[in-house]
Amino acid sequence: MKEQAEERAMESRGSLIFMEDIWKRFGAVEALRGVDFEVMHGEVVGLVGDNGAGKSTLMKILTGVYAPDRGRIYVEGKLVSFKSPEDSRRLGIEMIYQDLALARKQDVASNIFLGREPLRAYLGGLVKIIDRAKMREAAQRLLDQLRIRIDSVDQMVFTLSGGQQQAVAIARALSSTIQPKLIIMDEPTAALAVKEVEKVLQLIEQLKRQHISVIFISHRLPHIFQVCDRVVVLRGGKKVGDKPIHETNMDEVVKLIIGG
Amino acid sequence: MNKMFNTNKIKSLRLSSTAIIASIRRIKQRTRDLERYVGRLETLLALILLVVVISLLTPVFLTLQNQMNVLLHVSVIGIVAVGMTFVIIMAGIDLSVGSVLALASVIAASFLKLGVPGVVGILIGLGVGALCGLFNGLVIAKGKTPPFVATLGMMGIARGLALVIAEGRSIYGFPRDFLVLGQARIGGQLPLPALVFLLVAALGHFLLFHTRLGQYTLTIGDNEQAARVTGIPIDRIKLTVYMISGTLAALGGLIFASRLNAAEPTAGIGYELDAIAAVVIGGTSLFGGQGSILGTLIGVLLVGVLRNGLNLLAVSPYYQQVAIGLALIGAVLLDRFRGVRRER
Repeated sequence: MKEQAEERAMESRGSLIFMEDIWKRFGAVEALRGVDFEVMHGEVVGLVGDNGAGKSTLMKILTGVYAPDRGRIYVEGKLVSFKSPEDSRRLGIEMIYQDLALARKQDVASNIFLGREPLRAYLGGLVKIIDRAKMREAAQRLLDQLRIRIDSVDQMVFTLSGGQQQAVAIARALSSTIQPKLIIMDEPTAALAVKEVEKVLQLIEQLKRQHISVIFISHRLPHIFQVCDRVVVLRGGKKVGDKPIHETNMDEVVKLIIGG
Repeated sequence: MNKMFNTNKIKSLRLSSTAIIASIRRIKQRTRDLERYVGRLETLLALILLVVVISLLTPVFLTLQNQMNVLLHVSVIGIVAVGMTFVIIMAGIDLSVGSVLALASVIAASFLKLGVPGVVGILIGLGVGALCGLFNGLVIAKGKTPPFVATLGMMGIARGLALVIAEGRSIYGFPRDFLVLGQARIGGQLPLPALVFLLVAALGHFLLFHTRLGQYTLTIGDNEQAARVTGIPIDRIKLTVYMISGTLAALGGLIFASRLNAAEPTAGIGYELDAIAAVVIGGTSLFGGQGSILGTLIGVLLVGVLRNGLNLLAVSPYYQQVAIGLALIGAVLLDRFRGVRRER
């Protein structure tokens, strides 16, 4: 009875993701101490904090890499428990890592559909061949959808600029048959030239327009203030700030990050 | 008047230089596309050049009989090299292929001497290769052992076992239905081993570029972290690839024993190095993530044609060693010169 009431209360909250009272310890280190973290539908949330503040641990828990010691995770109002990254992905949560996890000597289309290649079956299902034509078409469609300009989906990823590679990583996050609801981006603008940064930020706006939420982890506050609706600050494993972007400014955020 | 003329000249120069840069970029892209499937272009060109030069120097080279001989001699190393290509693309290495070749042939031979039919003997031999590959794969994937160490260990184990089982001697005298494998000639001319080699190469090419196994092999070799993050079954792929290498080494051993009508526990010594050389000359990167079966095929043919040519020209076999070593180094240096990103 109590659980049903709780669930109804959680559903009426209307959030996409609600992480409640998350605790996580590694040996002697308490990485997260009672963190609440919420993401609404179609919202871009900036997650900031110094190194060791707990950002990546929090995200690893959200993507099913770790299980929290204490605390609960609700996805669209329903209590979930991730046993593996697959569980999290199945609910539409996609993560793009800082190093992009791309196979640089492979072509763009193959990278976008890595692990999810479209197949054609022959000999009564015995032989499954990668349907390259379908893959190239679908890859091109995704890139067009995101308004990304790449000469050819057959290009090797190492020939692309940093911003284009980031775009390919984003396209991969969208290539699942399960429409992603949330994309977590870890330092997407870190190693990019100014012009490329603009393109990536535009991509994030594109995602928002498609009603996909984004968690934007970054040390670059100007970029956070450019695209995010809300900013969450972690320090020493605790949440020390959670404000709509319009109600705060960079100085305040820096003070929260550094503390004291 | 003069000023206008100069402006036009500058404009046309700028246009033509942009056009030149664009065509160079297009040529580079086409070359990269071609090399993706054919391997190092220079190797192919070198092979063609070699064929031309040798045929000019000796008329015997181009005769059908000689060509068939070349194919026959390269087929065993070629089959082993196809397996090695997969392993190297996956950023691994298999030093045990020579020993597995011997062990498989010795065990198969023992069973053949007990009277089993040829086909059964062949299946047993292939099974031995698969088992050795499985062992390698388990030690490497589950045991988290570096491939160099794991396969170096298997190299010793398999060789030792081969010597033990054969009691240090060769096992000879096989039934006709086994000898067919190494000694039959299709249409009186094409040696069966050569056909087997070409079929294995074709199958390997298909697996590499058209199936998930191949795609994942390339991905693991390119960026294992990316493979892990996208949920690719890394351990399963590694096991499969090492089993392929072991099985193909065994196939090579069976063909070899069937040609000689004798299984020697000392067979295949040094074959791992010949296979690796062929793979690298053919354009596959030792760092993994990129390569082609066709490239290996051309690499194998280059080495085979080189040996055959030098033989026909009555050059000492010791010089062949030197030539092949130079070809290997030359091939890799060529990448540096071209600025090709193959060896990191």
